Amino acid sequence: MWRLIAKTLVKGPFTIAAPPPSGDGLAELASRVDSAARARLGRSLVIREVDAGSCNGCELEIHALNNPVYDLERFGIRFAASPRHADVLMVTGPVTKNMAEALKRTYDATPNPKWVVAIGDCAFDGGLFQGGYAVVGGVKEVVPVDLHIRGCPPTPTQMLTGLLALLETVERPQP
Amino acid sequence: MSDAAGLASVLATLGPEDGTLPWPRYRLDRESWRGLIARLATVDWSLVALWGEEKTVQLALRDEVAGTQALARLDCPEGSYPSLAAVRPGAIRLERAIRDLHGLDAEGAADTRPWLDHGRWGAISRLIAAAPYPFLPVEGEGVHQIPVGPVHAGIIEPGHFRFHANGETVVRLEERLGYVHKGTERLMQGKTALEAARLAGRLSGDATVAYAIAFARAVEAALGVEPPPRAVYLRALMAELERIANHFGDFGAICNDAAFGFIQAHATVAREGVLRAAETCFGHRLMMDRVVPGGVAVDLAEAAGPRVALLMTELADSLAYLMRIYDNKPSLQDRTVSTGVALSELVHRFAAGGFVGRASGRAVDARKSPGYPPYDDLDFDIPTRSEGDVHARLMIRIEELKQSFRLVEQLLERMPQGEIRRELPSAVGGGGSGEGIAEVESFRGDVFVYVKLDGEGRVIRCHPRDPSWFQWPLLEACVENNIVADFPLCNKSFNCSYSGHDL
Ligand code: SF4
Repeated sequence: MWRLIAKTLVKGPFTIAAPPPSGDGLAELASRVDSAARARLGRSLVIREVDAGSCNGCELEIHALNNPVYDLERFGIRFAASPRHADVLMVTGPVTKNMAEALKRTYDATPNPKWVVAIGDCAFDGGLFQGGYAVVGGVKEVVPVDLHIRGCPPTPTQMLTGLLALLETVERPQP
Repeated sequence: MSDAAGLASVLATLGPEDGTLPWPRYRLDRESWRGLIARLATVDWSLVALWGEEKTVQLALRDEVAGTQALARLDCPEGSYPSLAAVRPGAIRLERAIRDLHGLDAEGAADTRPWLDHGRWGAISRLIAAAPYPFLPVEGEGVHQIPVGPVHAGIIEPGHFRFHANGETVVRLEERLGYVHKGTERLMQGKTALEAARLAGRLSGDATVAYAIAFARAVEAALGVEPPPRAVYLRALMAELERIANHFGDFGAICNDAAFGFIQAHATVAREGVLRAAETCFGHRLMMDRVVPGGVAVDLAEAAGPRVALLMTELADSLAYLMRIYDNKPSLQDRTVSTGVALSELVHRFAAGGFVGRASGRAVDARKSPGYPPYDDLDFDIPTRSEGDVHARLMIRIEELKQSFRLVEQLLERMPQGEIRRELPSAVGGGGSGEGIAEVESFRGDVFVYVKLDGEGRVIRCHPRDPSWFQWPLLEACVENNIVADFPLCNKSFNCSYSGHDL
C-alpha cells in the first residue's frame, strides 16, 4: 500500500498526462468542460447510454470517457444504470427496427428536463447502414435530438468537445 | 476416430466437386445431405458455418483430426433442407436465422421459433406482426423470472436475457438476440469489394481489423490476388494491437464486475495507450478502414516502429504488476475460480473458438490452423487450460497478451519493405468474378467470411459468421446453478458480440 501511495505521489495521476502524452489539448478542454459544468449544472449531469443498433465501436469510445485519462467523473458527469436517473440520453447506432421501440420507451422513461445526444455517424443519419430494410435511420427519426457528435466512432476528445458545447448552449430548465 | 475417412474424401463420395474456392466444395443432393448428417453423428468434424442463399444452403465443416476444411452445398428448390441440429447443436440458431432471412425451413428443426426477425422489418419479415415471443417454460416451486434488457444497465450492446431463478440460483438462462440486426449482408450486395469492406469492418466494432482482414482475404481468394508482403505484416500488426486492446479492456471489466475497480483503472489506461499508438501509427484509434482488399490503406511511419516496440515493454510491465495484484487477492479469485464453467464436451460439440474454447481444452486458433500469412513465419504459442471457468478464460487472455507482445516484436523486426497495396483486377478491367473464403482469428475467436463476386467485382453474396454464434449458447449453459450475481462475471468473461452475431 505504501509503495502504491509513494508511486502515485511521484508519478502523479494518470489523468491528462497519460502515457503516451497527447497533443490534443485535453488539459485545456478539460478545464473548459469543468467550468461549464459547474456554471450550468452545479456539478451534476447524469448520462444514460443507449445502444440502438451500433456496431459497438461507438460504445468502446464512450467507455474510454470513463478511463483515468479522460475521467469524465471529475466534471461531475457520470453514467447511470437507469434512464430514471438521467438528464442526458447518449444514443448510438443506426436505430434498428428491432430497437426502435426500446429506444422510445427509454426516452419516455427519462424524466424532464432531458437532452438527447446522438453519438456517431450512424446515429446522425444511419451512416453506412442507411436505407437497409432493418434500420429506421438516424436517432432523430425516433426521438428528438439536441446534439449530434459525428465520427465513426467519434474520439473521446470529440465527445468531450460535444458535451462542452451542450453545456455551454443549454440553460438548465427550471423544474 | 482418427481412422475415419477424411472430410474431403467422404464428401467426394457423396457429391461431385463444384466451384474453385480455397476450400473444396461439393454439390450434394438431398439424399447425400442426409448421408452427411448420418456421418456427422459419428465423426468429430466441426460445424464452421451454415448459411442460406436463394433456394440454396451452404455448409462449411472442419475435420479436426486432419485440420482440413470443406464445403457442401445443397439446392433446395422446394424451400427446405434436412436439419443438422440433432448432430450439430450449433446449427440450431443458424437454421433459425436462415429461415428468417431466406425463407428456407430446416426439416426436423430442434427449434422453430424465429431468431433475428422480431416481426418489424415490413415486407421482408416472415412474421405477420410482432407477436409475443414464447420463452422456454420453467416450472417448479419458488421459481421466478428475471427479465433483463434489451436496454442493459451498463454501456453495453442490447439483447434480452430471461433468467429463471430459484432464490439466488439460476435455473435457466435464455437469450433473445437480434435487436441490432441491421441487414448488413443485404446492404453489401451490389457494392464493390472496396465499398463492402467498409461494412465488413463495422460488423463488430471491437473486431473491425479481424473482420476487415477476413473480408479482404476472401475477396483476394476469389480474385486470385496476393497482397504484398509488407501489407500482410501490417495487417497482423493491427490485428495484434486490436487483440491487446480488447484483452486489456476485458481483463479490467471482469475484475470490475467483481467490484475490484483498481485493476480496471490500470487496464483501461493500458488499453488507451494501445489505441493512441494505433492512432499515431495508422490514423484511427480502432483502425477502421485500414485493411482493404488488396492490401492496407496506410503505411506505418518509420519512426512509429520503435515507439510501438517500447509500448510493448511498458504493457508487459503493467501486466506483470496487475497479475501480482490479481494473484494476491483471494477475494477476487473467490469470484472467478470455479464460476461459470463451460464444460469441455459442450465446447467441443458447439465447436466454440477463441478463449472460450481454449479455456475448456479446445486448442483451436485460426492463426495456426488453417493458418494464414504472416503467422506461419512467426513464433508463438496457443495457450490452453481445462477448467473452463471465469478464471481460466481470464488466464487465457493474459497468456495471449504475452504471446501478442512477442508477435508484435517479431512483426516489427521482420517487417518487409515495399508496396502496401495491389489493384484488384476489377479495377484494371475485367476478371472481377469468383468465390472466396477466409478464416481469421479475431480476439474473440475465428471469424469466417464467404464472398461471391460478379464480373465487375461487385458483391453478389457475402456471409460473415461471428465466433459468438457458437459461444452465446455456451454462456446460457455455463450460468446454470451459479448465483444471479455472478452472471455479469460469466458474461464479461465470454464477451460475446451482439452486433457481429445479429448482423
Ligand atoms: S458510427 Fe461507426 S463506430 Fe459508431 S456505430 Fe456506426 S459504424 Fe460503428
